[in-house]
Amino acid sequence: MHELSVCQSIITQVAQIAHENNALAVTKVIVQIGPLSGIEAPLLEHAFPIASAGSIAQDAALETQILPIRVRCNICGNENEAAISKLLCSACGSWQTSLLSGDEMLLKSIELEKSEEQAHV
Amino acid sequence: MCDTCGCNVTDANRNLVEAGGKHAKTKAGNEAVEVLQNLLHENNHRAAHNREHFDKHQVLAINLMSSPGSGKTALLEATIDALKNSSEAFSIGVIEGDLETENDAQRIRDKHIPAIQITTGSACHLDAYMVHDALHELSLEGLDIVFIENVGNLVCPASFDLGHHLNVTLLSVTEGDDKPAKYPVMFRASDLTLLSKSDLLTVLDDFDVTRAEENIRNLANPAPVFQLSARKNIGMEAWINWLKQQIQHYKGHLESGETVLPKIQKEGQTLHKARYV
Repeated sequence: MHELSVCQSIITQVAQIAHENNALAVTKVIVQIGPLSGIEAPLLEHAFPIASAGSIAQDAALETQILPIRVRCNICGNENEAAISKLLCSACGSWQTSLLSGDEMLLKSIELEKSEEQAHV
Repeated sequence: MCDTCGCNVTDANRNLVEAGGKHAKTKAGNEAVEVLQNLLHENNHRAAHNREHFDKHQVLAINLMSSPGSGKTALLEATIDALKNSSEAFSIGVIEGDLETENDAQRIRDKHIPAIQITTGSACHLDAYMVHDALHELSLEGLDIVFIENVGNLVCPASFDLGHHLNVTLLSVTEGDDKPAKYPVMFRASDLTLLSKSDLLTVLDDFDVTRAEENIRNLANPAPVFQLSARKNIGMEAWINWLKQQIQHYKGHLESGETVLPKIQKEGQTLHKARYV
């Protein structure tokens, strides 16, 4: 996947939110990724400093949280964790399952540094 | 996809992604702001505009994906030829994506079908912005389907919404029947998988059609799998009929004020019903 362009998209969003909140700087960016999103966390972490350089998030730490692949069986209703290329029900073996989590590509939250005055408003 | 949050926040994973509240304070005294926006928020926003544009013109947009050389352009050429001989023909336009050259668009234009070439330079996938620019050059008047032939690549194109309605993935039989297991993100997203170059099955003893389909089902994907050879004109009828069904299905949705999204985005669709009445 194109982790650098994903990072650039993250920075654009983060900068806008920081601006809306009158922040001095962004200290942390938390993203949540599922294995089925096509985004690789290590590549994202490598690309982040390049994409954030010179932006309001240039000193921000990137935290990537990996969410598990979980499916619910459409046949027997069982819920279980599954592997990326085998989204099968562990109880009855059926492939007719629905994905509960595992394809997320979310900007979950960001942490902002604000001036003393603003913090007390 | 939606404008305001990550579409992949669903009822099913909400408890995983929404731990903690909005605007909480961190230990260091900084302010934490809950965002829950898709990482490709801007692309998805643009994609939604593209889809709205297609819907206004009642044109079904199909994202055609595969590895390089599996026969996407050959399929389009054969489709154009098949439509010329069809009694209930529909009209198509094509957006071609490649790193370089006008070759593919020229092949389509040679058959008197409008084609816009996007050259991505070094980008390995199309995104909603590139398709948006191409749509400025392509008149949708009188068209039923626009095929967007993505850059040949089984990885990146799967993650970028272009504003299309359906994903069709080609898997040529010379590539191996385990490709769906190796590239699950792409094949999980397919609304139809075409096993292309099927005329070569007789000389390939290591491609098992049943195994290929099993690997797709292992991704919990119920979408149909067709065998087809564009060059030898095998299996084209089933493909053309499927397209006709999809046009009807799409127009039915438009009549009830809804659009169609690739199946993979089903949960997002239930959360954020796009209505263009």
